[in-house]
Amino acid sequence: MYEVRFHGRGGQGAVTAAHTLSEAAFREDKDVQSFPMFGVERRGAPVAAFARIDEKEIDIKTQIYEPDIVIVLDMSLIDVVDVTDGLKEGGKIILNTAKDPSEFDFGDATVYTVNATKIAVDNGLGTETNPIVNTAVLGAYSRVAGNVKIENIKKAIENNVPVKHEENKKAAEQAYENVIGV
Amino acid sequence: MGEQKGLTIQGNMATALGAKLSRPDVIPAYPITPSTLFPEKISEYIADGELDASMIRVESEHSAMSACIGASAVGARTCTASASQGIALMHEMLFIAAGMRLPIVMAVGNRAMSAPINIWADHQDTMASRDSGWMQFYAEKNQEGLDLMILAFRIAEDERVLLPAMVGIDGFVLTHTVEGVQAPAQEDVDEFLPPYDPPHGKLDPEEPMTFGSLGTPEYYQELKYDQTKAMDNTPEIIDEIFDEFEEKFGRNYNRITPYRCEDADIILLTMGSMTGTARAAVDEMREEGEKVGLAKLTVFRPFPSDLLKEIAGDVHGLAVVDRNISPGFGGAVFAECAGAFINEKKSPLMKNFIVGLGGREIFKKNFREMYEKTKKAVETGKVEKPVEWINMDEDVMR
Repeated sequence: MYEVRFHGRGGQGAVTAAHTLSEAAFREDKDVQSFPMFGVERRGAPVAAFARIDEKEIDIKTQIYEPDIVIVLDMSLIDVVDVTDGLKEGGKIILNTAKDPSEFDFGDATVYTVNATKIAVDNGLGTETNPIVNTAVLGAYSRVAGNVKIENIKKAIENNVPVKHEENKKAAEQAYENVIGV
Repeated sequence: MGEQKGLTIQGNMATALGAKLSRPDVIPAYPITPSTLFPEKISEYIADGELDASMIRVESEHSAMSACIGASAVGARTCTASASQGIALMHEMLFIAAGMRLPIVMAVGNRAMSAPINIWADHQDTMASRDSGWMQFYAEKNQEGLDLMILAFRIAEDERVLLPAMVGIDGFVLTHTVEGVQAPAQEDVDEFLPPYDPPHGKLDPEEPMTFGSLGTPEYYQELKYDQTKAMDNTPEIIDEIFDEFEEKFGRNYNRITPYRCEDADIILLTMGSMTGTARAAVDEMREEGEKVGLAKLTVFRPFPSDLLKEIAGDVHGLAVVDRNISPGFGGAVFAECAGAFINEKKSPLMKNFIVGLGGREIFKKNFREMYEKTKKAVETGKVEKPVEWINMDEDVMR
């Protein structure tokens, strides 16, 4: 079983990212679950979203406490939220930043970086101050985790993202190509 | 036989899709967390021309159920969705729907009752309407939510039944969680569930008829007897329809489904989404050599006493897990299980565990603890505390 946690702010599309990822994995005949933090969500407030992927049928119904990988959509969260909380030993973390992974220290977690904000803005997804990076980070996820193909991420984007399908798919592809640390 | 379509959808979308495939005519609904996405999705289906039905936007859940009663009485296939306080506000009308023998189906996002206000998973809301005369089905996962909606219409509308039914999916744990489901093809659902045609008359201006008239002491008791007999007859009909569903769609349903119970000494009995986590815990304990099994309760009303006795009649301990509490007694499912074994010469030793109220997590380790406590009771032959609350925060309790 592979468990994923997305950190974002309300309105940035972390929940959509989790749902898109689960559809992409489902397309590969895996069993999946994805869900928001149970409860209420406010625009701008820190939120998390989760996904489970397994070759076998998933029985477990609790929320995710020990993810294999963490994806941070908004770097301003790093100071507010313990993004590596419960991360499995030797787990992975993907950060949306222009910096190199070597500039971060998250203990024994392997750090990967991708400039998802630039990719999103270049593709006309949101603005510099309010970029929509959820599809770009999924491209990075595909490369880093290696358990869901980028083709299926792109197909799932068509079903889960309401607008700008081509731009969003391109963003995922560019992030896949440009993630640093792999 | 059409091909089933794989989809990844939230629980509310699964029950809404199950409803849509059942081709309802009228859907009166008043949105309430965590089942709001159900009426949202239904109105989307109607707006997109995918569903030919009337959605009635009402000012309260009391009105929603009242409108359901009127619609069903004219012979329309009718469904709604609600949760928690919404079901409480419908309470009066729930009895009327059942007493008038109207096969209304309600998708429930099971949620705790106020106070304190809480929007998370809990079975208190539907347990509080236990005696309203509705059948009650509970889903472990979204696929079951989808299938049970179709099944609920079919069972409710059977001439031998004619009773309303609720399909419960746990708030957030299912309502807001995306899972993979297989959606049956419309033509197959159409074959399985033919259009509703009330067999004993309906409200029709051409042939006037009175529904819900006064039942004086000369008649009331017999009418209640008749209604109760209909419910008593349903287990056989439910089994028959579950079998037919499996034959057609390949998915197996039972009023109670046993898992690794054949040689079990102790069985955990669960209902709703917690069953998945319990199954994972049972698998772990089995690997460690513990003789533990799991019984999943899908149909709470009518209560499957017959199957429970078959499954758990020979075990030493039965741990009944309740996501609800009847203050002054214990869990509602526990009461039913205890009742099932009355007058039996042989009965397992029973313990009741209260868990997961108001969305409190239920972990694998909690099921292990319940097993250990039940095992200890079996070994000593003594049940010191029949009802225990599990996963309590001692800091909060202080």
